Amino acid sequence: MPAYQFILNGQTVSVEASADLPLLWALRDQLGVTGPKYGCGVGVCGACTSHLEGEAFRPCIQPIGGVAGTRVTTIEGLGGEGLHPVQQAWIDEDVAQCGFCQPGQIMAAVALLRKNLDPSDADIDAAMSDNVCRCGTYVRIRAAIKRAAHALREAGRAP
Amino acid sequence: MTDTPKQPETVSVVVDRRRFLTWVVASPALVVAARLGLDVPSAEAAEPIEETALNLYIAIQADGRVVTTLPRTEMGQGITTGVAMLTAEELDTRLESVDVRTADADPRWVIQLTGASSTMRYLAGPIRAAAATARARLVTAAANRWRVPAHTLTTVRGEVIAPDGRRAGYGELAGDAARVLLLLVPATPKPTSEYTVVGQPTGRIDARDIVTGAAKYTLDLDIPDAVPLVVARPPTIRGSVRDFDASTALSMPGVLGVARLPTGVAVAARTYAQAFAARDALRISWAPGPASQLSDTHIRSRLRDAIGARPLPPLFTARTLEGRFDFPYLAHAPMETQGCVARVTGDRAEIWMGAQDPKFVQREVAEALGWVLAPQRVTVHASRAGGGFGRRFFAEAAVEAALAARALGRPVKLMWTRNDDMRHGRYRPASHHRILAYVGANGSILGWNHQAAIPTVELPHGFGDLLTALVGQALPEVTSALFFTLSQHVPYHFGLVSQELREVSIPIPTASFRSVFTSQVGVANEVFIDQLARGLGRDPVELRRSQLKSARLKAVLDKVAQEGQWGRALPPGVAQGVAVLEEWDSAVAHLVEVDVTGEAPRVLRVVIAADVGLPINPKSIEAQLQGAAIDAFSTTLSAGIHIDAGAVREGSFADYRWFRMKHAPAEISVHLVRSDDRVGGVGELGYPSAAAALTNAIARATGTMPTRFPLLDSGA
Repeated sequence: MPAYQFILNGQTVSVEASADLPLLWALRDQLGVTGPKYGCGVGVCGACTSHLEGEAFRPCIQPIGGVAGTRVTTIEGLGGEGLHPVQQAWIDEDVAQCGFCQPGQIMAAVALLRKNLDPSDADIDAAMSDNVCRCGTYVRIRAAIKRAAHALREAGRAP
Repeated sequence: MTDTPKQPETVSVVVDRRRFLTWVVASPALVVAARLGLDVPSAEAAEPIEETALNLYIAIQADGRVVTTLPRTEMGQGITTGVAMLTAEELDTRLESVDVRTADADPRWVIQLTGASSTMRYLAGPIRAAAATARARLVTAAANRWRVPAHTLTTVRGEVIAPDGRRAGYGELAGDAARVLLLLVPATPKPTSEYTVVGQPTGRIDARDIVTGAAKYTLDLDIPDAVPLVVARPPTIRGSVRDFDASTALSMPGVLGVARLPTGVAVAARTYAQAFAARDALRISWAPGPASQLSDTHIRSRLRDAIGARPLPPLFTARTLEGRFDFPYLAHAPMETQGCVARVTGDRAEIWMGAQDPKFVQREVAEALGWVLAPQRVTVHASRAGGGFGRRFFAEAAVEAALAARALGRPVKLMWTRNDDMRHGRYRPASHHRILAYVGANGSILGWNHQAAIPTVELPHGFGDLLTALVGQALPEVTSALFFTLSQHVPYHFGLVSQELREVSIPIPTASFRSVFTSQVGVANEVFIDQLARGLGRDPVELRRSQLKSARLKAVLDKVAQEGQWGRALPPGVAQGVAVLEEWDSAVAHLVEVDVTGEAPRVLRVVIAADVGLPINPKSIEAQLQGAAIDAFSTTLSAGIHIDAGAVREGSFADYRWFRMKHAPAEISVHLVRSDDRVGGVGELGYPSAAAALTNAIARATGTMPTRFPLLDSGA
C-alpha cells in the first residue's frame, strides 16, 4: 500500500493507505487524532471540519491521495501551546453544550475570519451554515465569532 | 467504594425544608455520602441506613481537590458545571478545585438515569447536605487541632482560617476530618441569600477540553486492541437477515471478521473505511421488518381512527370549536451517532458508552450474553455523550458491540453511521390530536376535551423511583399511559377539562424525546388556544392571562409581553406569537417574532421568560432554553421523519432539515423570574412553548391555522 506524507499540525506524518481513503479515518484510526468527529461521512454536517492549507475542508470526503505534501490542521493544531483567539471567544461566550460539533464549528469560524475580519450576519450565515449543531448553540456561535473578530481587529493580527 | 456507614457519624441535614442523611464513608481522606431518594421524615433520621444502596459522594483528597461522584451522564446539558458550583458553594472552595465524575453502572444506585429534567432537582439537596457536612467536619478538625472554639473559624477558598490568622487547607485537614466523632459546628447549608457561586453566570467547567478537541467521546477513547466495527442493516426498520454470503467481504483488505447479529451483519476491520467497503460487499438476503406494509398515510389514518366519538358537551354550551393536529415521527439525531466500545472475555464484559441509563445497558448486555442473573459481570463506563435528547436511554449499540466482540474474539468499537442512526433508531412517535373547546353564550369557556392518539412510547428502562421521588407518591411500573397522566395538565381555568391518551400499536420503535408527551400534547393545546382566541375575537395574551391558574405562569407571560413588546407595530407579513408551559417544577413563556414574506418563514427574534426557582447557573439555563428553542423551531418548520413502506426516508442532515446558522434568529433573549428557591428542571422545559409560539406567530402573520407539522413539509 502506498504511503502518503503530509504536514499534520506542524509535524510531518506518513500514512499507509489506499489513495481513496477518506482522510478522516487516517486521522482518527491511524494517527489517533480524534478532534475531528464523524457526524455524517458525506460532507453535510461539518463535524470533521479542519483546514487544508488554511482553508476549511471536510476530511470525511477528502481522499488522502489529495493531501499528500500539503499542510493539514485539525482542532488540536489550532492554538499551538495556548488557545487561539477563536477558541478563547468560544469559552468566553460559553458556546458549547454537548461539544461534539464544536471543533468543526471553530475551524469553520477561523477559516471565515482569515478571509473577513469583520463579518456581517449574512457573512456568518453563509460561512457557517454547512455545520450542524444539534444542541442549537447558533446564537452563541454567532456572538463568539463577532467577539473573536473584534479581539483580532484590536490586536491588529490575522487569525 | 466501600460504603459502610458508621452510625454515630450519621448527620441529618435540613435543606430547603427537606431532610437528608449524611455520613462518612471509610476512607483515608474525607468522603461524605448523602442519601439519595425520597425525603427522609425526621422520625426515621436515626434509623440504620440501607447498606446496599449507593449514594451521593463528595471526597476531599489529600491534595485539596474535591471529587463529586454522580450517577448521571453529561450529554451537553451542563450538569457537571452545576454540580461543581453547588459543591464549591457549600464547601467554600474554588470552583476550579472541584471535579465531577460519572459513576459506572451499578445496580446499587437507586436511580442511575439522566432524564426527566431531574438531575438538579434530585441532586441539589443531597449535594448541599453532603458538602455542608464535609465543611462542618473540616472546621471541627481544625478547631480540635488548634484548640480554639469552632464557631470562631471561617472557611474561604478551600481553607479553614482562625481569628489569629492560622490557616489550614482542606487537603491537610481531610484525614482528621474523617475521624471527627462529634461535630462542633452544625452541618447547615448556607441560606441562598449568602450564595456567591451558585446563581452567578458561570462558564462550563469542560469548555477548554471541548474547544481544544481534548474532550473524549466514546469512540475517541483509546481502548487497547479495539477494532472498528460497522453493521450492515436491513432496508426496512427491524428487518432481519435470512442468509448472507461474506466470502468477498472477508477477502478484502484490513477485514478482521464478520458476525451475524439479530439486527444485521457486523464487519470488523483495521479502519472504518475498510469496514464500510467490506460491509458494502456483503451479499445479504433480508426479511422485511414488521412495519413493511406501513407508510405515512396509513399511519395517519390509523391515528385519526383512534380518536373516539365526540363526547356530549357540557351544559350551556353554545358552540364547540374543534382543532385537529398531526405531528410526525422525529429522530433524535444527536451529533454523535450511537456507538459503543466493548470487550468480552470469558465471563466478563466491559462496555464504554454515552449512556443515559448505564444500569439499563448493564442489564441488556447481560441478558444478550446469557448472564441475565449475573449483571455484575458487565461493567459499564458511562462516557461523555454528544447529545442525548432521549435517544441514549437505550442499549442497542451496546448489545450489538458485546455480541460482536464475543463472536469475533476481540474488543470492538462499534459506530453507527448517520444513516443507521436516522433509519434504524427510535423515534418520537407521530400523533394525531383532536381538541374540542366548549364555549358558552357569553363567550366563557365551559370545557376542554383533548384526545391524543399516539403510538406507545417505549420506556423499558423504567424510571426507577425517580418519578416517585419527583411526584412524591409511590407509583406502579411507569407505563406510557401513566407517564401521560402524570405529566399532562392544562394550566387554565377551562371548566370541565379532560385529556385522554389513545395508545395505538404501530411496530415502529419509539423513545421519549425532549419534553416527551408535551412536545405534542402541550404544543397542540397552546396552538389551539390561539385559534380559540381568534374564534372569540380576543387577544391571545389577554385570553391566556384571564384563564391561567398559576401566578408563576402569569408572571412569565407578563414578562415576555413586556420585554418582547407584545402588540407593537410590525410591517405586513411580520407577526408575534406567544405560548406558555408549566412543567418539571418550572414555568416558561415564549414570544416569537416571525417574518413570512420570504420563501420560508424566518424567525426574527425570540424572547423567553422562565421561572426555574433557584437558578443554579443562569448561563446554563439560558443555553438550554436557547437550544430547546432551536429544536422546537426545527421540528415545527422543517424537520420530520417520513415512513415509506416500513423504511425511514431521511438519511442524514441533508434531508432531515434541522436548523442551521442561516435559519437561526440573531437573538434569543432569556429573562429569569424567581418565585421561590425550589430547584426546577430546565433541559426539557424550553421546547413546547417555543414550538407553539412560532406556530402562533406564523398563523397570525399568514392568517392561516396551521394543523400539520412540520409546517414546511409538502406532504406525501
